[in-house]
Amino acid sequence: MNTLKRYLNSEGMESFASSVFAIIIGLLVGLVVLLISNPQQAFEGFKAILLGGLTDMKNVGQVLYFATPLILTGLSVGFSNKVGQFNIGASGQFIVGAYAAVYVGVKWTFLPGPLHCITALIVAMLAGALWGLIPGILCAICHVNVVISCIMMNYIGMYMVNFLVTHTIFDSLKNQSLPIKANAVIPKMGLDNIFKVGNSPSSVNGGIFIAVIAGIIIYILIEKTKFGFELKACGLNPDASKYSGIDSNRTIVISMMIAGALSGLGGALLYLAGSGKSIEVVDVLAPEGFNGIPVALLGQNNAIGIIFAGIFVAYLTVGGFNMQLYNFVPQITDIIISVIIYFGAFFLLFKEFIRSHKPAYSGNVNDEVTAQKESAGGN
Amino acid sequence: MNTIYFLIQQMMYFSIPLLIVALGAMFSECSGVINVGLEGTMIIGGFSGVLFINMFQDRLPGQPILLIALIISALSGIMISLLHAFASINMKADQIISGTAINMFAPAFAIYVARMIRTVQQIPFINQFRINKVPILGDIPIIGDMFFKKAYITTYIGFAILIISWIVMYKTKFGLQLRSCGEHPQAADSVGINVYKMRYIGVAISGALGGIGGLVFVIPTSTNFNATVAGYGFLALAVLIFGQWKPFRIMFAAFFFGLMKTIASAYSGLSFLTAVDIPSEIYKMIPYIATLIVLAFTSRNSQAPKAEGIPYDKGSR
Repeated sequence: MNTLKRYLNSEGMESFASSVFAIIIGLLVGLVVLLISNPQQAFEGFKAILLGGLTDMKNVGQVLYFATPLILTGLSVGFSNKVGQFNIGASGQFIVGAYAAVYVGVKWTFLPGPLHCITALIVAMLAGALWGLIPGILCAICHVNVVISCIMMNYIGMYMVNFLVTHTIFDSLKNQSLPIKANAVIPKMGLDNIFKVGNSPSSVNGGIFIAVIAGIIIYILIEKTKFGFELKACGLNPDASKYSGIDSNRTIVISMMIAGALSGLGGALLYLAGSGKSIEVVDVLAPEGFNGIPVALLGQNNAIGIIFAGIFVAYLTVGGFNMQLYNFVPQITDIIISVIIYFGAFFLLFKEFIRSHKPAYSGNVNDEVTAQKESAGGN
Repeated sequence: MNTIYFLIQQMMYFSIPLLIVALGAMFSECSGVINVGLEGTMIIGGFSGVLFINMFQDRLPGQPILLIALIISALSGIMISLLHAFASINMKADQIISGTAINMFAPAFAIYVARMIRTVQQIPFINQFRINKVPILGDIPIIGDMFFKKAYITTYIGFAILIISWIVMYKTKFGLQLRSCGEHPQAADSVGINVYKMRYIGVAISGALGGIGGLVFVIPTSTNFNATVAGYGFLALAVLIFGQWKPFRIMFAAFFFGLMKTIASAYSGLSFLTAVDIPSEIYKMIPYIATLIVLAFTSRNSQAPKAEGIPYDKGSR
């Protein structure tokens, strides 16, 4: 009983509750939009969003398929948030990683068997890491605001990938990259036999396992290692951490690299999924990178939370597709998610609200939590 | 010579929206609020303006309808930016996150509404706004060819906004108060300036100019609105930094970025560029790379408002 109380009073629980608040408000706004646009079918459509991801096994598989890149870009954004930097450049890192993976997948046919796929993933991570490294170095050496340099890197990455695709692996008929070789496709690992309707399997593949493993590794890295501690210290108070001997510049550069590698891996997992998706040569930033922001926000920058948040956002996306049955436009999902982000930005306020309405709990735990909060909120 | 006229006329189509939006961003940042949501604000402004033109274009003549549409764009831009102001001023939320929310909301909203009322997401309009030659001024040699032929009224509005912005920022009491809120809000508050109010005004101006910029971007370059402004909101932030938060430097930055965009989109028609044979993607990348380089050299003694991005809390004075 005591453990339960302690659990309910913990900061994690408060974070979870504030995420749920934001989600509920987002869904309510979505419902209102549906009611305004088509009152007769609004509730049917709303049901499709809420339950669309569960209607059959294929849809469940699609949720996991869409969740795979989102979890990784979410981890990328969340990881850099821990060190106090807002990685809005996940989009650029994502597409650069995707290009590297597809390039290896198309060209490096000399690699035998599974080595082809593994190499593609590693090269993608390196490319993404490079794209995260540049803003990191600019921040550490030249004090350039990471948000601004990341925005620039997004566009440079997108145009560069368009240039490279058209000059190296171009399918000029379809205006997109060439299909990757079968060896480079991520194995299905039997998931296509589980998540299917009749004979049509969903696109889910082994990538979801890689995403979950990446989340667990990041969790361990942040919570259980010295580097993770230094990283959090830098995020909470750069001056104090510098005073205690932590090289904050080094920490920022390394964490931006890891964040970039995560986004790059996300790009690789999407384009090596074997779902027939190729890099299209269009002047549009990869939306998966920006969708990592709500995922990180909903997961409250906690790696395990981000895994679930990624699945949740993917679930809403699949629900949005299902809603087209009722003549609604799938962009309602984006509207709901943007409202969730907007209210998620208030989450400190939600937390204060929860705390002020919680029955007083006499015990050391609560004091400890409050003390932690005060020290965290002090900078 | 004709090539130069062509380049300058084209450059205006790209530069003027950048100029207007970057000036808007300047007002917001000088008051202390970073507005990353300008991309979304532009989309909302462009959407509402074009929707208005689409509905009334057979009933109203050319230039008046454009002017009314600009006002509508400005108002809708103010409305969406007030959401950002509320989050970042009253709620002390992370300004980047609430701006990102607006960037995500705007295209989704524009596509949703367009498809709900018209079934397709594009909103077409008849471009009847081009002025082939301004009377009298168009006859001036050279300058007339550059600025007063094949122009849009929005070009002149852009320059008017530039001059008004400079006067407001540096020649009025309001401008001084606004800048003080971005430099040192505690000090501003101690001499009786209402920091919250000033920041609201700053964000609202950025919303109005962002909305206008959205419509100004769409009108010369397209004949329909497709729920995108092609990253111009983000580019405007780069212009602002490139221009180091000063109106006339912002103008030169906007012209430089606009020229690069022009070359990227029109270089196949320019014989001296096709001879060099640099891919258009390179020209598209140059503004962003240039901004990064400028940032790398200037960020240590940046002219950025000192308190930008930091919520003002009366309690922590």
